[in-house]
Amino acid sequence: MTAHDVVFVLLAVAGGLSALMVVTARNMVHAVLFLAATFGVMAGMFLVFHADFVALVQVLIYVGAVAVLLMFGLMLTRAPIGRETLDSQSRGLGLAVSMALFGVLAALIVQAYGDVRVALAGPDVAAIGGSIFSQWVLPFELLSLLLTAALVGAIVLSRREAGETGQEDLAELGEARPTIMGGPEGVAEARRARQLRAPGDERETAGAGR
Amino acid sequence: MTLAGPLLFGAFIFCVGVYGVIARRNAVLVLMSVELMLNAVNVNLVAFQLRAPGDAALTGHVFALFVIAIAAAEVGVGLAIVLNMFRNRASVNVDDADLMRW
Repeated sequence: MTAHDVVFVLLAVAGGLSALMVVTARNMVHAVLFLAATFGVMAGMFLVFHADFVALVQVLIYVGAVAVLLMFGLMLTRAPIGRETLDSQSRGLGLAVSMALFGVLAALIVQAYGDVRVALAGPDVAAIGGSIFSQWVLPFELLSLLLTAALVGAIVLSRREAGETGQEDLAELGEARPTIMGGPEGVAEARRARQLRAPGDERETAGAGR
Repeated sequence: MTLAGPLLFGAFIFCVGVYGVIARRNAVLVLMSVELMLNAVNVNLVAFQLRAPGDAALTGHVFALFVIAIAAAEVGVGLAIVLNMFRNRASVNVDDADLMRW
């Protein structure tokens, strides 16, 4: 057992535990922090595999950008805390499905690659860059197009219409919902939504007054 | 180093992600579980490139980078959709998003 093996086992245990904490934590902020820890552990694992560039990109994008984005997402959605509100009724089903999947995958992996030993070596950054811009240049350009489309889509989805204060939105909700969904159910739901939104709206108007 | 270790770790993280997608109710937590699954795939890609040095190794690295970029785009659009859902329904529970159910 080499030093690399020891580091890998330590990282694997830490990553597995923090991944488990991500899906079982009762506090959403803790879940995001454990997710960032898992990403960091995986970056360390990539370093063990001599994948330096992938490790750096992992830290930059996952730990840096995605974790912060998720943190903003849960701050903006005012998520309640507690296991009952975060988990659905299908916890047992999820446990059964994932354990069965892991059993099948683990059996297959041990059977197929149980005795394969590999030497730790990886290409350097220059080789990766050359490969991206020669062999993989078309997928790379498609990827940049996809990123642009995703960016524009995210902005369009999340911005309010010009001149909208949020109040029109509510009025629209109260009237339009019943015609779409039909029946008193929609009205009750719109009323509930309005009550839920009321504190935030008051704060908004108070801020505008100042 | 044996190849089975990283592969088993990737499979474990993937299954944890599957559990999270099924068992969680909050849409942001479901997105986080999807991120875990994508990361498990990355571990597999980087582990398999150890087995075939040369051009194939480069392919493993390039694919891992592509997966990271696409995951970033996915989480951006996903969060925008979650924010819109919260604005329209005052809830981020995936159980409540049943407007298009049969």
